[in-house]
Amino acid sequence: MLCPKFITPTQKALDDNHTLNPRQANESPNKILRRKMSASLAIETQDLGRIYKLRGSKKEPRKELVALQDVNLTVAKGELFGLLGPNGAGKTTLIKILTTLLSPTSGWAKVAGADVDREAESVRPRINMVSGGESSGYGLLTVRENLWMFSQFYGVPSKEANERIEALLEMIGMKDRMHTKSSDLSTGLRQKMNIVRGFLTQPEVLFLDEPTLGLDVGAMRDVRKFVLEWLKADKERTLLLTTHYMMEAEELCDRVAIINKGRVLACDTPTALKQRLQKDAIFEIQTSPLNGLSQQMLVDQPEVTQAAIAETETGAKLSLSLVEESALARVINLFTQKDVKVMNLTKREPTLEDVFVDLVGRSMAEEEDHGNTE
Amino acid sequence: MQTSTSWRSFRTAAWLGWVIESNWTDPFLFAVYSIVKPLSGAAILVIMYGVITQGAYDSALFPYIYLGNAFYIYVGAVMTGVSWAVVDDRELYKTLKYMYIAPINIPIYLLGRGGARFIVGSIAVLITILTGVFFLNVDINLAEVNWGLFFVSLTLGIIMLALIGLMLAGWTLITARHEGFIGEAVAAALYIFSGAVFPLDVLPEWLRPVGYFMPTTYWLELLRRSLVGDVAQAFPTLSQFSNLEILGVMIGLSILFGLVSVWVFKVCDNIARENGMIDRTTNY
Ligand SMILES: Nc1ncnc2c1ncn2[C@@H]1O[C@H](COP(=O)(O)OP(=O)(O)OP(=O)(O)O)[C@@H](O)[C@H]1O
Ligand SMILES: [Mg+2]
Repeated sequence: MLCPKFITPTQKALDDNHTLNPRQANESPNKILRRKMSASLAIETQDLGRIYKLRGSKKEPRKELVALQDVNLTVAKGELFGLLGPNGAGKTTLIKILTTLLSPTSGWAKVAGADVDREAESVRPRINMVSGGESSGYGLLTVRENLWMFSQFYGVPSKEANERIEALLEMIGMKDRMHTKSSDLSTGLRQKMNIVRGFLTQPEVLFLDEPTLGLDVGAMRDVRKFVLEWLKADKERTLLLTTHYMMEAEELCDRVAIINKGRVLACDTPTALKQRLQKDAIFEIQTSPLNGLSQQMLVDQPEVTQAAIAETETGAKLSLSLVEESALARVINLFTQKDVKVMNLTKREPTLEDVFVDLVGRSMAEEEDHGNTE
Repeated sequence: MQTSTSWRSFRTAAWLGWVIESNWTDPFLFAVYSIVKPLSGAAILVIMYGVITQGAYDSALFPYIYLGNAFYIYVGAVMTGVSWAVVDDRELYKTLKYMYIAPINIPIYLLGRGGARFIVGSIAVLITILTGVFFLNVDINLAEVNWGLFFVSLTLGIIMLALIGLMLAGWTLITARHEGFIGEAVAAALYIFSGAVFPLDVLPEWLRPVGYFMPTTYWLELLRRSLVGDVAQAFPTLSQFSNLEILGVMIGLSILFGLVSVWVFKVCDNIARENGMIDRTTNY
């Protein structure tokens, strides 16, 4: 499926049109548009697919596993784009292709304007990548040495590298560990060091594969704050992150692609995804005993689209979907008539979890269990 | 840009290799690897030689064997060093994928890692040779050493070993961890076929061509000739060739092996990328 654009490059390209130089002035409008669109894109994929050949036992024929299929995504420069999906959805596979570690088996992908398969050399200086949930690094080296070494591979002048290292470690809250051997760091701190490694080279496009996996709540907060600050510092910076934490995707990302079994099922801003799912307002209400007020009586109200009642020790718990928020007054009125007291009332927003359930028919946790038993 | 990328890759890799190899923070471990291990290897050889030849330490064969064994340390250090860098970075440090996405030249990076082991290996080689000179019957007359030939062949040989290591690194890239020992296996095979501790003539005739095809055979011969001149020429294997001829053959074979290695690495690198093996760790 095609992915709607966050900052429509078309619009942006047209707006920027007056900055054309004379040499480009005689290009056809169409051509200009296409070139400008490409220039404002950080990531672009076309019918991207990846099939793994699985080695079975010698007698069996080779099996194939479709890890990605027909992925069409565009990520504009400056976006924080999220890939959300259960285990085995293909998130890491997509990142591996986009970072030139793995060749696609069909389609193509461009990162920072260059083809990841055929022009890997021009992609690499412009990107970096961090995978969470693993502790990589040279244990013999200190945090600073580990980071400095990687900066050297990118040709960052040594003095500047050291300045950046200090600033980034400060930002992520581990400057005091700069001279600690990385083998002496906790797993979480190692992961933070690894995250700094990704940002250190000031990539145009940064890929974070589950950056907060295995971190405690405090460290997660540090990392999220760090990510947002880093992006804010330069409008051209683009970041693609994968996660299977719904909250993380909702909180951080400008746009999210929901991916399952190698396919992109939906792609939009978190708000738009949720709106598309449900225009209704959902209320959770706790009451005193219902005194004969039935589910039918509630549903008979024209503005109530759904009602669920669960008896509790002290009374009942109702979940109501209303066409619009203002209809709540009439429902409360009904309660008063029956002498039912409202103990607690909350309005629940639909979450990305609800969106996932709507698209796949199962929650992400159920999908992961299901996948494992298949 | 090209040269600066290569230089950057090599320099930083060599630095990393050096820090890893010269683990000064653990002087005991360092001493074991660079002094005790090579010396005990030499000791075994010396004792076995003594038993077999009934103590003929005066024979020209003794320095031949002793020096061959000493310089062979470089094969284990540099050649397997290059291929082990793949195993270490992928399995132990989990950094290989980050090296791969960096704008560096991977073969040169690996050569740099192996290059660092040249320095550490040199310490072992030097200690072994000095032990031979001072305590055993290995006569090296410093005035008669052909230093020019020595340094030229040493340098070329190290480059050759590193390039062969690249071929093994490629193979390691597309195989599982336990096959990282391929480096050790190849090193052991070369030990037998390169005239390291016995002249090729000792081998059955049908096996000798393997030895003649190995650049390491000519390399060891040149090192021995440069250090102890006549001793090496006491053996019929290559005695009819001049130093220059042997150097020529070695360079020719090194170029051939080098080209094949670079090609093999490229092919394996492609296979690894096609199959997603660059960040694959071994599951047992
Ligand atoms: N090298 C490989 N060879 C064969 N199959 C693979 C390989 N790598 C991944 N797969 C399979 O491809 C599918 C997608 O895997 P991928 O790692 O991309 O998922 P993911 O979305 O990152 O999952 P997770 O949340 O667990 O990290 C899975 O079924 C996985 O088993
Ligand atoms: Mg993954």
